[in-house]
Amino acid sequence: MSTSDQQAARPRLAAPELLIGIGLLACAGAVAWQTLSIPVSPLYSKVGPTVFPYITMVGMTILSLLLIVAALRGGWQPEEEKETPTDWKAMGIVAVGLVANLVLIQPLGFTAASVIMFVLICHGFGSRHPLRDVMLGLILALAAYFGFARALGVNIGAGFIENQLNTVLDATIRMLRA
Amino acid sequence: METLGHLAHGFSVAFTPVNLMWCLLGTTLGTAIGVLPGLGPALTIALLLPITYQVAPEASFILFAGIYYGAMYGGSTTSILLNTPGESATIVTALEGNRMARSGRGGAALATSAIGSFVAGTLGTLGVAFLAPVVVKFALSFGPAEYFSLMVLAFITVSAVLGSSSVRGLTSLFVGFVIGLVGVDLQTGQPRFTFGMSQLLDGVDVIVVAVGLFAVGETLYMASRRYAGKDEIVPLRGSLYMTAAEWARSWKAWLRGTLLGFPIGALPAGGAEIPTFLSYAIEKKLSKHKEEFGTVGAIEGVAGPEAANNASAAGVLVPMLTLGLPTSATAAIMLSAFQSYGINPGPMLFMTQANLVWGLIASLFIANVILVILNLPLIGLWVRLLKIPAPQLYAGILVFATVGTYGISQSPTDLVILYLLGGAGFLMRRFDFPTAPVIIGMILWPLAEAQFRRAMTISNGDWSVFYKHPLSLTLLTLAFIGLIGPHIWAYVERRRRRGPEHVPGDA
Repeated sequence: MSTSDQQAARPRLAAPELLIGIGLLACAGAVAWQTLSIPVSPLYSKVGPTVFPYITMVGMTILSLLLIVAALRGGWQPEEEKETPTDWKAMGIVAVGLVANLVLIQPLGFTAASVIMFVLICHGFGSRHPLRDVMLGLILALAAYFGFARALGVNIGAGFIENQLNTVLDATIRMLRA
Repeated sequence: METLGHLAHGFSVAFTPVNLMWCLLGTTLGTAIGVLPGLGPALTIALLLPITYQVAPEASFILFAGIYYGAMYGGSTTSILLNTPGESATIVTALEGNRMARSGRGGAALATSAIGSFVAGTLGTLGVAFLAPVVVKFALSFGPAEYFSLMVLAFITVSAVLGSSSVRGLTSLFVGFVIGLVGVDLQTGQPRFTFGMSQLLDGVDVIVVAVGLFAVGETLYMASRRYAGKDEIVPLRGSLYMTAAEWARSWKAWLRGTLLGFPIGALPAGGAEIPTFLSYAIEKKLSKHKEEFGTVGAIEGVAGPEAANNASAAGVLVPMLTLGLPTSATAAIMLSAFQSYGINPGPMLFMTQANLVWGLIASLFIANVILVILNLPLIGLWVRLLKIPAPQLYAGILVFATVGTYGISQSPTDLVILYLLGGAGFLMRRFDFPTAPVIIGMILWPLAEAQFRRAMTISNGDWSVFYKHPLSLTLLTLAFIGLIGPHIWAYVERRRRRGPEHVPGDA
């Protein structure tokens, strides 16, 4: 490990890394809970369904404890990474865009939800041309929708925009065939 | 030679107009995503996995292989002109390549990396064609115990030995294990790790995991770091033709890079980082122009690592095709594509799916030819891609991420899992946890469990099979050495450096 500063400086506790370690320990706890709740199969088998979950549980626990120890000894992040401030506002707007997509994709359909997400993420990254972003987002979402939905046969949630365009497209195809 | 006959047959498969079209599509797409920062072959292939329901296996693997090779070519362009490595395997290329571009020799840097990639890619593919049948013969003697031990070895090498920290690498791997176990246990029908949610009974799709970690996580990370310095594109100057002196300095570096990259890639350890760094160190040591390293940029420092990178990309295909053992995130996702066709990669693949395997290998030769054409005369096109502004690029990546995820089952639950994994991916990026072991772990852990159970059933529940079979014991010993060896080495080094007289503060 790269944290061996030896006696040069007294190691300080690294709070963010400690949180990561504790979070992983909590995950290990959840894994343990789920492992213990696997019903033991009445079917006879040499290796039951719990052996690998137990290995995973033990491994997760040991590793999260090792990470906590590393965090108590000063963490592992390089200075450079620590000194770069996190742009919470940009991240927040991007996260809002993701949540908007999640909430709107069923009521509005894929394209409309994607355009809203596209504009919000562009805004988060510092773009200040919302109208241009709406147009770009629309073109991209439609390309993605028709590329995947029609060419690959993947069914993506269709909303108002898609239904209109599908009707037009099907009518055109029928006209061309006739 | 048997192999030559197979290859000839492979070319007859790959040279059909349809398959040539897939190859062209794959290499073009691969170069584009290699050039674009934030997009990689693992993410792209994951997004395109639904194609496996539509076309023949030959076609989709020719497409995926084209993307895989193309990303290696495209990544070097970004490294050289932008200094932001497009792929982790091209970090070293950025060292000298970007310096060459800044001192007006960007054309030569691009040329040596494209031609070097071609040389290494072609030799590496030849290596696959001739080595794979040998490995297959060897692998036919493997029993379940050997397979299990081999997977343990691969787990250790991809997470603990490579990378900056074995604890963090293993943590990523175990996170992958947890994800891989979610769902119904196929042997006993018991639901595991589902938290009582019926949506989790089918398990977590590899598409969701790859897209969450690589697309959502990466986007959040880039958004969080807007304060960090921006790299600017170095305009492409200088002719794309190399002078005689530059050829003379490049060709040996290409061959040395290939010789390093292919064997390391073909080991059940994988990873292009180690061979590229090794090649860089060797070229620096052997060069007659040491003063150019780190100043104006030395062409050997681009030629060697680029060749090593492409040769190891080819090498990774050997354990993937012959043993079903993926050692990179991209290979793991290709393995899940095989599973989606109901095909099990492994020694039998070469007998039951000869068309597929040899068509794929032949198409890799064709891909290399297409790629060197795409990446030299048409380089100007790719440079233009670099000018896509970050906001629209990342927003667009997420639109495609939604398509790929929501398209699986039109379930918002998948999107919730996607965003949770994206959050995890952000933290992993921020706190320097490697992401590839997550993908490898989730794909390989259930396979390891199946082999383990098979071995235990054959042995009637006797654990000694794993250490009584000499080959299995050897593999497990190697894994153990890989796990603790570096720590013992570090401890000895520290003791030695402190010395007997213990100088205080000599850190």
